Amino acid sequence: MINEEELKKLREISIRIRRHIVTMTGLAKSGHPGGSLSAADIITVLFFKKMRIDPKNPRWKERDIFILSKGHATPVLYAALAEAGFFPVEELKNFRRLRSHLQGHPDRLMTPGVEMSTGSLGQGLSVANGVAMAFKIDKTPRKVYVLIGDGELQEGQIWEAAMTAAHYKLDNLTAIVDYNGLQIDGPVSKVKEVAPVAEKWKAFGWEVKEIDGHDFKQIIEALDWADGVRGKPAVIIAHTLKGKGISFMEGKVKFHGVPPSEEEMKKALEELDKQEREIRK
Amino acid sequence: MKEFEYKHLRDAYGEILVELGEKYKDIVVLDADLSSSTRTAKFGEKFPERFFNIGVSEQDLMSTAAGLAIAGKRPFVSTFAVFAAGRAWEQIRQSIAYANVNVKIVASHGGITVGEDGATHQMLEDFAIMRVLPNMKVFCPADYYETKILIRKVFESDGPSYVRLSRAKFPVIFDETHDFEIGKAQVLKEGKDLTAVGVGITVHGLLITAEELEKEGISIEVINSPSIKPLDGETILNSARKTGKVFVAEEHSVIGGLGSAISEFLSQHYPTKMKFHGIKDIFGRSGNATELLRFYGLDPEGIKREIQKFLKDNA
Repeated sequence: MINEEELKKLREISIRIRRHIVTMTGLAKSGHPGGSLSAADIITVLFFKKMRIDPKNPRWKERDIFILSKGHATPVLYAALAEAGFFPVEELKNFRRLRSHLQGHPDRLMTPGVEMSTGSLGQGLSVANGVAMAFKIDKTPRKVYVLIGDGELQEGQIWEAAMTAAHYKLDNLTAIVDYNGLQIDGPVSKVKEVAPVAEKWKAFGWEVKEIDGHDFKQIIEALDWADGVRGKPAVIIAHTLKGKGISFMEGKVKFHGVPPSEEEMKKALEELDKQEREIRK
Repeated sequence: MKEFEYKHLRDAYGEILVELGEKYKDIVVLDADLSSSTRTAKFGEKFPERFFNIGVSEQDLMSTAAGLAIAGKRPFVSTFAVFAAGRAWEQIRQSIAYANVNVKIVASHGGITVGEDGATHQMLEDFAIMRVLPNMKVFCPADYYETKILIRKVFESDGPSYVRLSRAKFPVIFDETHDFEIGKAQVLKEGKDLTAVGVGITVHGLLITAEELEKEGISIEVINSPSIKPLDGETILNSARKTGKVFVAEEHSVIGGLGSAISEFLSQHYPTKMKFHGIKDIFGRSGNATELLRFYGLDPEGIKREIQKFLKDNA
């Protein structure tokens, strides 16, 4: 399984990723920190533990593929790609700026490591299905991962794609729902209830596992569990906290699409420094 | 008058798909519960492991094709034009055009000739809404043989393409020797009094009209423009320079289609008096294909009438 040393390493990476998220959105004065912070631990495990990728060779023929269906969470994706070495960390400061290759939403043609252009919600699961179908034809062990938002479950296309994945028995695909409970206009339960989420996926023919999306052991175990699912697609419902890791951003709808102010950025970075010191103790 | 043989464009598509599928193992085909109508079923029977029926889920259909493309396959996607271009427009915009992936959308049942199903199923806006997308190429063949060569050439080109086919049988105006090139129009008949540009079913009507008016001493240059985007502006401009008048006939709204594309080009390079002949900013209606073409003046008689009027008004 996983030893303490490795867990510590992942925790440290997730703090660096959170630091990038805060700085990128703060400097850009734009972007989506809340849903990036909620997905940070999942993304950390995918990019630094689970997926077969080669940052020096982004188009490596044997790589696993990750699709960010909730495309507004670019800060967490770019932070992970930079930390992994797909491009220099210094470039993160140009996020959302004119002439930067770090667009507001993922662009497969502009950013090394970005596999698909997303942003308009609901399309990523269908894309992942297509990738999984191609891998089946090729009889390759490559896998495809897709991260979906909970508000995104309100898109009809997600359920079209859920049916398709089950129909074609795409067991080489793992979907992860970042269930942070908040969307732009407020709590998901108030805007338009998506619950019961696990039951919905089960009814659509998927194997479902619910986890704490900030517990590294649970994330790793769930992803390994998905590898063992045969004849069906697997979905991990990750219960998360929007804004996770920054006290004053946690559970706050406001930080869905509003970046931290200069002062908030400073305070957030201090909090992350403190968390880092505690891990290193 | 010459007797024409009538053949389905979609038959040509179904046949060429199987032919290409034999040779290129990376071709995959997707459909949305209309494979017998679009003729992709032929490919599905022959290569079941490379055929995906996505069911009545057109949005899912387009994004899934994009996923197959980023994983190295060369997908053809088919459904009716109204569902491809209309229902799934935003999926095409983001997952296919913006992502610039190698997906070929071949939409059958375009235009008024869908017939009895009526307005909901008669796609008259697809040239407009596909043409406006960056990276997207837009085509519409005039007959069975042009469909074959066009699909082959579109397959050989890289990037996203939209091809409109039809439900009704179209008169055969070409043969196996017919050629097609992306971005090229063809002067089918030379003339000096009027440039008449057609696409799809209207090419036949223009040829007949030109032949008939020739006997009355009116000389019409007939241009077939299956490549709506990229448009062969040069060929049309050279003709306009000669005739000074351009008439465009299409089984599409007069807003945003081939006529608009030509006027966008000519107005900037060689302003020319034009007439757009198509569906006049209205929805279609039920009827059989022949009746409908006559009703909307897109049959050979209607086209002839419009051309005569245009010539008279601009004598």
